[in-house]
Amino acid sequence: MAKTRDALLDPLFNNNPIALQVLGICSALAVTTRMDTALVMSAAVVVVTMSSNFFVSALRNHIPTSIRIIVQLTIIASLVIVVDQVLKAYLFELSKQLTVFVGLIITNCIIMGRAEAYAMQNPPGMSLIDGLGNGLGYGAVLMLTAFVRELLGSGTLFGAAVLPLAAEAGWYTPNGLMVLSPAAFFIIGFLIWALRSWKRDQVEAE
Amino acid sequence: MQGSVFYNLIFAALVCVACAVVVSSSAVALRERQAVNRTLDMQRNVLVAAGLAAPGEALEAGEIEARFAPIRQVVIDRETGAAADVDPAGFDPRAAAADPGASRPAPPNDAGLQRVADRALVYELRGEAGELDLVVLPVHGLGLWGILYGFVALDADLQTIRGLTYYEHKETPGLGGEVDNPRWKGLWNGRKAFGPGGAPVIEVIKGAAGPPADDPHRVDGLAGATMTSRGVTNMLRFWLAGQGFGPYLETLRARRDG
Repeated sequence: MAKTRDALLDPLFNNNPIALQVLGICSALAVTTRMDTALVMSAAVVVVTMSSNFFVSALRNHIPTSIRIIVQLTIIASLVIVVDQVLKAYLFELSKQLTVFVGLIITNCIIMGRAEAYAMQNPPGMSLIDGLGNGLGYGAVLMLTAFVRELLGSGTLFGAAVLPLAAEAGWYTPNGLMVLSPAAFFIIGFLIWALRSWKRDQVEAE
Repeated sequence: MQGSVFYNLIFAALVCVACAVVVSSSAVALRERQAVNRTLDMQRNVLVAAGLAAPGEALEAGEIEARFAPIRQVVIDRETGAAADVDPAGFDPRAAAADPGASRPAPPNDAGLQRVADRALVYELRGEAGELDLVVLPVHGLGLWGILYGFVALDADLQTIRGLTYYEHKETPGLGGEVDNPRWKGLWNGRKAFGPGGAPVIEVIKGAAGPPADDPHRVDGLAGATMTSRGVTNMLRFWLAGQGFGPYLETLRARRDG
């Protein structure tokens, strides 16, 4: 039980894929201007990491070592295409805003990293949980970043007005920097700082 | 067995076949739904431009179809302005603009256009006696990061703008992306597209314009998005002028005035 809990919760704080391993930054910059896109992106990544981990693990004893990377990539790419198709069919508006970034989940290092580092050595059940944990770890950082960016950049959360804008007879003047990509760098940087001040063991040796 | 080249080949082939089956069956199974979504999205944007739906208004599929029902889609020949004998349902404006047989190099323009299609899909809303109520024209042109695609609606006088909306663009969220802002879109209703000479003079300016009655040819600029604002001006001037929808608008005027 403890092992299952660790596989699920470790990637959230102790071994967060974005904050500790600094993987998957590209999409974290691109889709975090609004919380609804960040949520859909997180969900898509959770589904893909879970299922890719599961399938890679189920096949782990049969995958020839010499071609394992390309086999993993084939599985991941297929899953991403399926997720993209489902989003286009059922969440058209949001998939339009996510544009190419759903397709680019294929190149997200987190997914490939978990398949290679975890699913190749562990049984399907545990791999599934590890995928869920890492997906959630990624999603948590995305949602936090999107929360700050949308609130300060547009005065809204999930598209609903929270801070009344000065342009609409309120008092809040949106911070233009927040809607630009560099803001995500700053916010993720602060998150990493905060996390490493809290958990000292994550600080890399000089 | 495992580790031999033969095993590797067989394994790779099996994985490829399995993945191909999954990908293609999901694509085929969902194709119809995706096509419906695309059509609804287009119709919804036409409705928004025409002022028949509020920007961001949540509409069920049935409601969109009901509001769209009175609107007639017409494929026109842009050079003559006459209706072309083409089924609107099968007409893809983007494919036409890319097809060398259905498009030509664009005349020199500021809208960043390389090729323009010979035909265009326009939307007419007519009253019971067949008189024109409004017309929605597709427009596109270069902003800062890429081409903006949208619709502009003209009133029956073919002079007053009813609305402008973009359904696809790559502008910076919060700056050029404010072309999606309902408040800014609302500023277009009532502006006059053409000057006394008949040429399009509508302009997105730097700063704030007056109300439509006092300042009919100008619209507030988007703060921090000079290039996007300019792009909007340029594309409207291109598409509303002679090399764009000029002949078609002329045809509509002639028909209206008998």
